[in-house]
Amino acid sequence: MDLDDLYQEIILEHYKEPKNQGTVADANVHVEGRNPFCGDEIRLTMLVKDGRIVDVKFTGSGCAISQSSASLMTEHIKGKTVDEVKELFKEFGHLVRGEEHTHEHIHDMDELSAFQGVSAFPTRVKCAMLAWNAMKEGIEKELEKYGE
Amino acid sequence: MAIAESIEDKLDVVQVRKHFPIFSYPENAELIYLDSAATTQRPTKVLDAIRHFNEEYNSNIHRSAYKLAEKATAGYECARLLIAQFIGAAHSHEIIFTRGATEAINFVMRGWGEKFLKPGDEILLSEMEHHSNLVPWQVAAQKSGAKLQFIPLDDSGELELGKLDDLLTERTRLVAVTHASNVLGTRVDVKRIIDAAHEMKALVLVDGAQHVPHSPVNVQDLDADFYVFSGHKMLGPMGIGILYGKEALLDAMDPVLYGGSMIDDVGYYESTWAKLPWKFEAGTQNIPAVIGLGAAIELLEEWGMRRIEKHDRMLTGYVLQQLEQLDFVTVFGPKEHRNPVISFAIQGIHAHDIATFFDSRNIAIRSGHHCAKLIMKKLNISATARASFYLYNTTEHVDLFVDAIHKARGYFARWI
Ligand SMILES: Cc1ncc(COP(=O)(O)O)c(C=O)c1O
Repeated sequence: MDLDDLYQEIILEHYKEPKNQGTVADANVHVEGRNPFCGDEIRLTMLVKDGRIVDVKFTGSGCAISQSSASLMTEHIKGKTVDEVKELFKEFGHLVRGEEHTHEHIHDMDELSAFQGVSAFPTRVKCAMLAWNAMKEGIEKELEKYGE
Repeated sequence: MAIAESIEDKLDVVQVRKHFPIFSYPENAELIYLDSAATTQRPTKVLDAIRHFNEEYNSNIHRSAYKLAEKATAGYECARLLIAQFIGAAHSHEIIFTRGATEAINFVMRGWGEKFLKPGDEILLSEMEHHSNLVPWQVAAQKSGAKLQFIPLDDSGELELGKLDDLLTERTRLVAVTHASNVLGTRVDVKRIIDAAHEMKALVLVDGAQHVPHSPVNVQDLDADFYVFSGHKMLGPMGIGILYGKEALLDAMDPVLYGGSMIDDVGYYESTWAKLPWKFEAGTQNIPAVIGLGAAIELLEEWGMRRIEKHDRMLTGYVLQQLEQLDFVTVFGPKEHRNPVISFAIQGIHAHDIATFFDSRNIAIRSGHHCAKLIMKKLNISATARASFYLYNTTEHVDLFVDAIHKARGYFARWI
């Protein structure tokens, strides 16, 4: 268990200076993620149009892992289609849980692979997943409206 | 003689630690356990008592005439007696076994609250309560139309007991308050609250989950109406806790669970209830846990609650004295007269990251809101790191803990 695997440079940078902070003015997805055991919070707003994430921002408070994960997530999902993002969600989940998976990597995880270190710290998986779970819930709710 | 006495007066931690197999388990060789406010470790004596029950006389109680069942019944009722004596109850039938402090509070909420609370009544809580002494009363108030009031928490981590006179009214039916905070370590002057409440004819439930492990308690001296605590925070097993209630109050309450073992007579359409304490103990109980808790209490008494209290106070003083000198560390809660439960923050590092860093050095601490969100709101924070010490912790553990704080600051320094 090496701490440096968990607290990689890129993670700490995003904790210190998170990207995409704030609220998307014309958002159609508003969702909150909360970790009831530790009080970490994420408020996510997104503009989803024609099956694509046009814009996404977040505010929140919590540990280095939950907040940097939110920041990096916003960078990686902006501009992607909902289907691509759902796939990315799965891959990110496998990554942080350290699971073997059979389906092909269709995405270059690039910076997101920094979260691979989380898999050695099972208690922190929920921190890394907080923003992602909120994002997925938000998108699903939005899609439901159109009977998808 | 005087020397012998002063040695005897001190808890022999080296000896004490030998009673806890978890510390000699090879994988835990380096473990520094600082989370006793969440749950304490279990001594061999308790584990043996449970094992003996399971291996030698496992049987159900109060139901059979054979020797095994006699022995089980005796073990179970003997533990009840020990507990009654331990907290100074007038009668052993005032001791009701529950799954824990949470369930004990729920018993009072259901058995007393649902029967007696009316619209317009008031329940007085404090802002320092664990959720288990808050949420049940929120629901009781919603169901009955009663209103909740709160004794405020001040910036130093003490309850504002000066406001009691205003908060207690002729509408106050119950005060439910903690004896010691699981976040701030604050020890509450519950005697003062009980006296003031009784003047207004209100009852008082004391949540002793964080007090009983650390100090002697006498429910009669306190004149508490209800007193609850959990076995697993005082060297006992999980899944067992105590509801103490004054006889007359328990008699007036409705049962909470209905079924076997709690009846006096049963007909087709109605039944009558057994006497105390069995009226509240429906169904097969957690007999090995009761017997294990009895063993834990024997051990606590052997080591001496006064000695344990003194040891805890020494550790508390020692850790606070060291943390006071660190300008990048905030300690929440009172400076004195408090339990060895230390919630703290390190400037710029979130509580979770502190806990993970400590874990990498084999120091087990907790981070989060500690089931006390009202305290977090009041302090305007979302989480604290918490180290809680107990009778098996040493000053060396304090030194390693303080060293880890320095090291954590060093580790995260590049981005704070
Ligand atoms: C002050 C206080 N009250 C009540 C409880 C609830 O105890 P249990 O979970 O054993 O029911 C706790 C446990 O954390 C506590 O610290």
